[in-house]
Amino acid sequence: MNIAFSNDAMKEFREIVARYPNKRAALLPALHLAQREFAWLPYEALEYVGRLLELPYSEVYDTASFYTMFKLKPTGKYHLQVCHTLSCALRGAGAICDHVKEKYGIGNGETTPDGKLSLVKVECLGSCGTAPVVQINDDYYEDLSPEQLDRILEGFKS
Amino acid sequence: MFEKVLTGHINIPDSQKLANYEKTGGYRAWRKALKEMTSDQVIEVVKQSNLRGRGGAGFPAGMKWGFVPKTTDKPHYLLNNADESEPGTFKDRLIINGNPHSTIEGSMIASYAIRANTCYIYIRGEFVKEAKVLESAIREAYDKGYLGKNILGSGFNLDMYVHRGAGAYICGEETGLIESLEGKRGWPRIKPPFPAIEGVFRCPTIVNNVETLACVPYIIERGAEWFKSIGPASGPGPKLYCLSGHVKKPGVYELPMGVNLKELIYEYGGGILNDKKLKAVIPGGSSVPVLTAEEIDVAMDFDSLAKIGTMLGSAGVIVMDEDTDMVNALLNIAHFYRHESCGQCTPCREGTHWAEKLLKKIKSGQGTMADIDLLAEVADHINFRTICPLGDAAAMPIQSFVKKFRHEFEAKVRKSAA
Ligand SMILES: Cc1cc2nc3c(=O)[nH]c(=O)nc-3n(C[C@H](O)[C@H](O)[C@H](O)COP(=O)(O)O)c2cc1C
Ligand code: SF4
Ligand code: FES
Repeated sequence: MNIAFSNDAMKEFREIVARYPNKRAALLPALHLAQREFAWLPYEALEYVGRLLELPYSEVYDTASFYTMFKLKPTGKYHLQVCHTLSCALRGAGAICDHVKEKYGIGNGETTPDGKLSLVKVECLGSCGTAPVVQINDDYYEDLSPEQLDRILEGFKS
Repeated sequence: MFEKVLTGHINIPDSQKLANYEKTGGYRAWRKALKEMTSDQVIEVVKQSNLRGRGGAGFPAGMKWGFVPKTTDKPHYLLNNADESEPGTFKDRLIINGNPHSTIEGSMIASYAIRANTCYIYIRGEFVKEAKVLESAIREAYDKGYLGKNILGSGFNLDMYVHRGAGAYICGEETGLIESLEGKRGWPRIKPPFPAIEGVFRCPTIVNNVETLACVPYIIERGAEWFKSIGPASGPGPKLYCLSGHVKKPGVYELPMGVNLKELIYEYGGGILNDKKLKAVIPGGSSVPVLTAEEIDVAMDFDSLAKIGTMLGSAGVIVMDEDTDMVNALLNIAHFYRHESCGQCTPCREGTHWAEKLLKKIKSGQGTMADIDLLAEVADHINFRTICPLGDAAAMPIQSFVKKFRHEFEAKVRKSAA
């Protein structure tokens, strides 16, 4: 993998760094940017961000590994993040996970062999009034039934 | 008649736009604060209003602002806490999507009050869309001259930025948030020093919740007396209540502080899903002690809920019907805290682990009576023995579930013994 920011990403990176009194504080936004650019965060990406911010790899890894949204391993093209915290559990989150297992063959932390779909159970997404909630990549899908989820996933294929 | 202010105009198209906010009186308070008031006068009005924090602890906002030292040459910072990660809570998201300028204007006024020239809005990473809404609202405010240098000719400078978290409940805790903003793990700090003295970048810092700050423009514009006339004077104001779980009409309801919980569930929430009976209610997000169906005739305000041994917290009301398995529900909560413990202190790291393990054992039918007592004991050993209140937040549900629904735990144990 060739790890370097595009010109646009580098411009954005410089804007980010300017918002803080020191470079370290730009680490989370820089990691978000790197993940957007490189799809996930392999060793080379963490090392690259470290070089830009004058931080050793160990410190970048230490921080990145603390946060669930930073992908230290690749995920499927469509990454299903199913909330399974109380309000969602009371309103059918379990049925969503069972359905994904049954129909697509993936359980918590797994990816389909074609690399299209991955599933992870996540904690409260802050949208409990429209439970159950699934985040797919950046977008929230709320008040969801297993059938609606199927339709959404079919829509992605086309 | 109660007038909705925080969510008053959110149903009109493009309610998030600055022009529509200004049509409802928006940014008049910012002009007023800058042109007619000193920083200390702003703090005084907010103190007078008895505005208490909407993030969970209910601390008086004006008093907190007053803790910022007057004689430092260090820069000061205002942090708007948009982490919204307490299970059962989804109100700040509504403000951000529907009325973002209210919390932005409130952040401006608070920054002026504490003499901060930089404000960061720390928003949970999953709220990708909401972060964009805030960013474009902030851009509008810069374009209008409400942010930047020498704002409206006042000589006051203020920059505001959105800072995204990356998935960690603990970053909602104010010192965890500060560490995270500095680019580190969200490991809470030992207090004192309190953030007002030494916070982000070792400088005086105030952390306030989105909704707390959203109240501020209305207080400056309409006065402390108006605010105090809504609900109990000791902790008044318009309040966003989040209803989720087994209710017919879940959602966010803006009502006067102190609305009756029963009324909230049965009148506003339309009653229990499928007309079942109610079993239990968590009134303030998953961290607070649970109430039984018999205890819900209570006013939803800080003091009334404290009187019956629970808390308003983040006003995340989670409703559970008669068929809810309380062992299962507690296991769900215990799993959450085990997953979200930052691991820094032993009672929390080990205790949350043990609690989840014991609950799994009880649920699977392998538990004994002694396990139920041990579970309660584990919680007692976490409570008040940790660096940050996540430990207490993990312990309180366990203590209350076991105390109030002990028969359900015992039934599981008896079944396995039989
Ligand atoms: C574990 C934990 C999580 C918290 N999460 C949040 C949160 O998501 N949002 C929030 O505003 N406050 C949260 N708080 C409360 C903050 O520490 C802090 O008290 C609050 O942001 C102060 O703002 P306020 O005075 O306006 O309420 C949390 C506290 C703890 C202990
Ligand atoms: S109480 Fe828990 S979350 Fe808080 S600092 Fe200690 S280990 Fe971390
Ligand atoms: S419990 Fe699922 S969004 Fe809150």
